[in-house]
Amino acid sequence: MMETGRHAVFIWSAYGLTCLVAFGLVLRAVLDHRAQTRALARLEAGSGPAGSGPRG
Amino acid sequence: MLTRLANPGFFMRVSGLALAPLAAAAALLFALGLYLAFFASPADYQQGETVRIMYIHVPAAWLALFFYSIMAVSALGTLVWRHPLADVSQRAAAPIGAAFTLVCLVTGSLWGKPMWGTYWVWDARLTSVLVLFLMYCGVLALWRAVDDPGRAARAVAVLTLVGAVNIPIVKYSVEWWSTLHQGPSVFRMGGPTIDPSMLRPLLVMALAFTLFGTALHLAGMRTEILRRRVRSLTLLQAERLERAAA
Repeated sequence: MMETGRHAVFIWSAYGLTCLVAFGLVLRAVLDHRAQTRALARLEAGSGPAGSGPRG
Repeated sequence: MLTRLANPGFFMRVSGLALAPLAAAAALLFALGLYLAFFASPADYQQGETVRIMYIHVPAAWLALFFYSIMAVSALGTLVWRHPLADVSQRAAAPIGAAFTLVCLVTGSLWGKPMWGTYWVWDARLTSVLVLFLMYCGVLALWRAVDDPGRAARAVAVLTLVGAVNIPIVKYSVEWWSTLHQGPSVFRMGGPTIDPSMLRPLLVMALAFTLFGTALHLAGMRTEILRRRVRSLTLLQAERLERAAA
């Protein structure tokens, strides 16, 4: 790994936060998609209202 | 032709096919970009090693503006053509744009402390990007505040278009006012002023960010279409139950 010098804490904090935000965006996309797919499958099967209700 | 292409069913088919290659290309470009950023580019003679923060700060800033521009075009689609996919696109773009704006602000601050001696200054570029972030937050809050999806879409579209005034202000703030933030160094008359050894990782990371953001946007739009189907079916089911009870 390369040497980031005396400013390492700023550099790694910036990259760490970016990774965290990117991971959060992906996780949110996957979980939300999964929830809506399940809700739709339940409704199409006609087994009552979905657990994940509509939001606006 | 365009209407057929923008049909939700057609969109679901095409976006389903495009999503995996887009995500794979973004991952490969991120790997290449990070290699170039950390192992194949020198420290800057003035910024030292902190120049490596620029390889995420600058693409995040571009995408913050890019996604607000997508939202503004989508807002026009909602208000003028009342196209159902326009609102879907706007709704999917807002959280992604807000996240990139946050990354831009925080990484900028983390670069500013060692270089300028402070995390924040109320300079025109920084302030206008903060306003952009607040606009994103306002749009997201408005969606949650209005129950009726049709009314929410129109209100958000109007707010988005009002906020679009800020886009040229962000872009040209460094030219219109005397700012601590440096002027444009990539997209400018006369070409980039950055050395190719630093321009390469910057452009590769920018492309990786763009593909990643586009994949997220497509995925968000697909989920939003599903959410609307869920809502329609829930309402239909409630109506049926009401009729059966009466």
